[in-house]
Amino acid sequence: MNNQDQIKEFIQKKVGEKVSFSNADDIFKLGLVNSLFALELVVFLENSFGIQVENEDLDLNNFRSVDNMNDFVAKKTA
Amino acid sequence: MKKIGVIGAGIMGQGVAYQFAKFDYEVCLIDISQEVLDDSKNKIRNISRLDMLVNREKGPINPTATDNIRYSTDLRDLADADFIVENIIENVDAKTKVYQELSEIIQTTAKVVVNTSCITITRIGSLMKHPENVLGIHFMNPVHMRPTVEVIRGVYTSDESIETALKTLESVNMNGIVVNDSPGFVSNRVLMLTVNEAIFALQDRVADAESIDRIHKECFGHTMGPLETADLIGLDTILYSVEVLYHSFNDSKYRPAPLLKQMVDAGKLGRKSGEGFFKY
Ligand SMILES: NC(=O)c1ccc[n+]([C@@H]2O[C@H](COP(=O)([O-])OP(=O)(O)OC[C@H]3O[C@@H](n4cnc5c(N)ncnc54)[C@H](O)[C@@H]3O)[C@@H](O)[C@H]2O)c1
Repeated sequence: MNNQDQIKEFIQKKVGEKVSFSNADDIFKLGLVNSLFALELVVFLENSFGIQVENEDLDLNNFRSVDNMNDFVAKKTA
Repeated sequence: MKKIGVIGAGIMGQGVAYQFAKFDYEVCLIDISQEVLDDSKNKIRNISRLDMLVNREKGPINPTATDNIRYSTDLRDLADADFIVENIIENVDAKTKVYQELSEIIQTTAKVVVNTSCITITRIGSLMKHPENVLGIHFMNPVHMRPTVEVIRGVYTSDESIETALKTLESVNMNGIVVNDSPGFVSNRVLMLTVNEAIFALQDRVADAESIDRIHKECFGHTMGPLETADLIGLDTILYSVEVLYHSFNDSKYRPAPLLKQMVDAGKLGRKSGEGFFKY
C-alpha cells in the first residue's frame, strides 16, 4: 500500500465505510471529522511514516486532505 | 497575581494547567500519583500541539507554554499560590480530604476554585477557613477550546472573589457567566434532563436514535444531538449526574430513564466502549 492509500484508510476507518470522499477533499470543511481529529492525524503520521512533526508544521493546512498530508510526508522524508 | 495551583492531573487538570501556562502564569500541577503526572506531561504536550493546529489563526501561539508547568505530588507546594483550581475525581470524600489539608497550607488571600460538575460549592466552602475565597468554575472539555464557563457563587463567596475569578479568566482569554450555587448549576441541570428525556423518547419508540439527533441538528441547528452527546460524555457519567440531580432535588422529573440504566448495565457506555446509542 502506498502512503496515500494508508492515509486514506486511516481516515476511512474514522468516518465509517459508508462515507465517500476524494483525496483532494478538505475533510474538516466537509464536516467529516472535527478539529480534535487533527491531533490524531499528526500522531498517526508520526508513527506510520517515522517523521517528526515540529511546532512550525502544526498548521491545519498540512492535514486538510489526503493529498496535503501525502505532500507533507513527502516533504518531511525528502 | 502570578502563581496558579492546579490539583488533579486528569483530563480537566491538564487542560486547565495548559491554559494558564499558555498565558505565562507559573503553574504548579499536583496529583497523588507520580505515574499520572509523568503521563500528563505528554498529554499536555499534545494539548499544546492541538492548540497550535486549531487556533493558529485566532492569535499568537506560545511554543514554550509547557515550560511554565511544574509537576509535584506535594500539596504543600501550593503554599505561595494565588489562585488554585482543584480538579480531582468527582467524589465528595476525596474532595473533602483535599480541602481540609489545603485549608492549612494556603495563603489567607488565595482564591480556591472547585471544578466540579455537580458537587455544591457551599459545601466545599464550609470546609475552609476562608469560605469567602471559594467559588466554582465549571470548565468544559477540552478546556482550551471552550472559552466560556460557568462561574458559581456559593453562599459565602465574596464579590471580590468573583471579580478576581472573572478577571483571571479574562487574562487567559476566557469568559465567565456567573450563576448561583445549585445542583448541576444551569448547564448540567438542563443538559442532563434533555439527554434523559431524549432517551425516554427513544424508549417509548417515538423515533429512532438517528431521527432524534437529526431533529436537534437540522431543526434547531445544534452541532450535536443529545444522544450523540451522551455517547461522547459516557452513559455511566450521564446516569451518575442524573441520579445526583434526582437525589439533590428529590424531584421525580430527574428520574433516570430505565433504558439508560439498562444500557449502563450492559456495558454500552458510548464512544469509550465502542457502542452506545450509536456504534463506533
Ligand atoms: N471531564 C469533563 O468533561 C468535566 C467537565 C467539567 C467538570 N469536570 C469535573 O472536573 C473534575 C475532574 O474531572 P476529570 O474528568 O479531569 O477526572 P480524571 O479522573 O481524569 O482526573 C482526576 C485526577 O485526580 C487525581 N486525584 C485523585 N485524588 C487526588 C488527590 N487527593 N489529590 C490530587 N489528585 C488526586 C487522579 O489521580 C486523577 O489524575 C471532576 O470533579 C469532574 O466532575 C469534568
